[in-house]
Amino acid sequence: MGAALEIRNLHVSVEDKPILRGVNLTVKQGEVHALMGPNGSGKSTLANVLLGHPAYEVTAGQIIFEGEDLLEMEADERSRAGLFLAFQYPVSIPGVTLANFLRQAINARMKAKDPDSKGISIPEFRRLLKAKMDLLQMDHSFAGRYLNEGFSGGEKKRAEILQMATLEPRIAILDETDSGLDIDALRIVSDGVNKLRGPNLGVLVITHYQRILNYIQPQYVHVMLEGQIVESDGPELALRLEEMGYDWIREKYNAL
Amino acid sequence: MAVVKQRRRSLAPAVPNYTEADVRALSAANNEPVWLLESRLAAWELYEDMPMPTLNDEDWRRTDYRHIRWDEADRIITPNGATLDIVPPYNREPLIGDRQGGLLVVVDGKIVQHEVADELAGQGIIFTDLRTACRDYADLVRPNLMTKAVLPGEGKFAALHAALWTHGVFLYVPRGKAAELPFHVVFYNTHPGASLGHVLVVLEENAQATMLVDYASSPAEQHSAYIGATELLVGDAANLQYVGLQDWNRQTYEFSHQRARVGQNANLDWITGTMGGRLVKTYMELELDGLGAHGRMSGFFFADNEQLFDHDTQQNHNAPITVSDLLFKGAAKDHARTVWQGMIKSLPNMQKIDGFQASRNLVLSEHARMDGIPGLEIEADDVACSHAATFGTLEKEPVFYLMSRGIPRPTAELMVIDGFFDELLQRIPFERVRERLQAAMEAKIIGA
Repeated sequence: MGAALEIRNLHVSVEDKPILRGVNLTVKQGEVHALMGPNGSGKSTLANVLLGHPAYEVTAGQIIFEGEDLLEMEADERSRAGLFLAFQYPVSIPGVTLANFLRQAINARMKAKDPDSKGISIPEFRRLLKAKMDLLQMDHSFAGRYLNEGFSGGEKKRAEILQMATLEPRIAILDETDSGLDIDALRIVSDGVNKLRGPNLGVLVITHYQRILNYIQPQYVHVMLEGQIVESDGPELALRLEEMGYDWIREKYNAL
Repeated sequence: MAVVKQRRRSLAPAVPNYTEADVRALSAANNEPVWLLESRLAAWELYEDMPMPTLNDEDWRRTDYRHIRWDEADRIITPNGATLDIVPPYNREPLIGDRQGGLLVVVDGKIVQHEVADELAGQGIIFTDLRTACRDYADLVRPNLMTKAVLPGEGKFAALHAALWTHGVFLYVPRGKAAELPFHVVFYNTHPGASLGHVLVVLEENAQATMLVDYASSPAEQHSAYIGATELLVGDAANLQYVGLQDWNRQTYEFSHQRARVGQNANLDWITGTMGGRLVKTYMELELDGLGAHGRMSGFFFADNEQLFDHDTQQNHNAPITVSDLLFKGAAKDHARTVWQGMIKSLPNMQKIDGFQASRNLVLSEHARMDGIPGLEIEADDVACSHAATFGTLEKEPVFYLMSRGIPRPTAELMVIDGFFDELLQRIPFERVRERLQAAMEAKIIGA
């Protein structure tokens, strides 16, 4: 059986303000889940908390990954354990090239496994990076550019998926990867994700809109409202949200 | 009843203990020509007439050097038998290219190594120590030594240097000659005390050269003083690439004047790295004298512990259609302090000048302090001048981003800081110089 990311009764605050209020969700390797919900419902908070962003405080609950307590790990350990987050707003880092960064990321993995590892050789790394860039139809010149600096919205999202393709996570969280993408870019990014799909990859697609789900088809759809997952169902739930919006959900749960 | 003793610190800095007799003795010990002794004595008079700079002087407002122990730092360093072997290999090896056009290594004021590549013979290029040059090439040295660039009268330490300089290098490239291979100079001290090193570079019209000067010393407990002067005279249409890398031990106080004069259509690429020393006060002045002169200044600095670095730069546009481009990038951690004070000036009606200066500062500790004070005094209207000083800290978001890809925190922080300096390192065309600065930076971050 593959690895599983289990989120149990997770409560999270930002500056003492509760954002997540008891989230429960399990994503297994090989599964694709969609997490939908209106703006401000806590979707991005969940994504960032899963990777250990320092701005968020977990006040209760657990995140278990492959039986290990993720909350005890720093962001780098979580990544090396096999978790990946494609950021909604990837930060730009002047002076650090995409290639140098990815090589460091690969080397960090190799060194964590074997402290004597010399890391990936430069020719081998170049071959790997070129193959992955071709997968995402990225110009090879991207490798020498500073990370996300001056990248267009679409280029940033492609660079995120490039990192995912290179680092081969077990569970990937895509935080609004569709936002700011035109239809062509969305297709390229989705194709890239689909090529990575398989029994070894679990995906949590976080989105407002059903649109990306036409390309990356989920088996499960969840709806988050006010910091809790209130509905979970098959792909038909996404279509229903597309058709009817979120109001019926609000009405249903505010009434509770 | 306990008696509390209070030590009062006087406002006036202590004065190093030198006399005119020291000047005469130094000159006599080295059999210097009369003209040189006379110029030393003239400088000594200027020195005696000037007060020590204090916190009341605008240039020195942020730089309190009163803790220097002159009783240790003013004893002029004399050779004690140390040879080339004492100089760490990384200070000696070529930093530019595989071969050096010349290597001059001065240890404790004594020349321990002097090599000149065969190719340079017959071209009239001179690369030798300054004392030899004063004797053998007086007609070339005398008109240029502290007469055009750094003047003895411009400050207390400039005057002291002119009176008591202990060693130096002279590079001369005649008209139309290009020294293809770079020159490398090492000023190294093995024990504490005072040294006063001089760099004099004279490029005649259409000449070309590249030179790198390394400053370093063995660790010591007692204080040292380095009172230096650097003079770069770049003739019309000449081209000089000059690199100075300073890595004194942590008990060294440096007070230096550096000035370059750049002629018509000439080009100077001036790179400095400041890593060592306890306190460094350096004036770096670029004089764009000829129509179309171009000067670029790139400064790397990284202060840690109790270090204080004070860089005072000037870009003087003394002719029309001149271009200056200054970038100083630095970081400070622990309790370190840095000051960069810059000025772009033009003579009246120097049209079509282009002056740029930027100071970018990375503050890595809440106890560190960095000051950046840009300035413009332009008396012309058809100009493009701009200046900027920015200050930032190590931001959490980029570090988190790198960590979220599996990179451990120390590496992630190093990468972000490295990235900060990249803009400056990209201006340095010499890979091993970049590597040296990167290594120094990493050692400082890790706290080695």
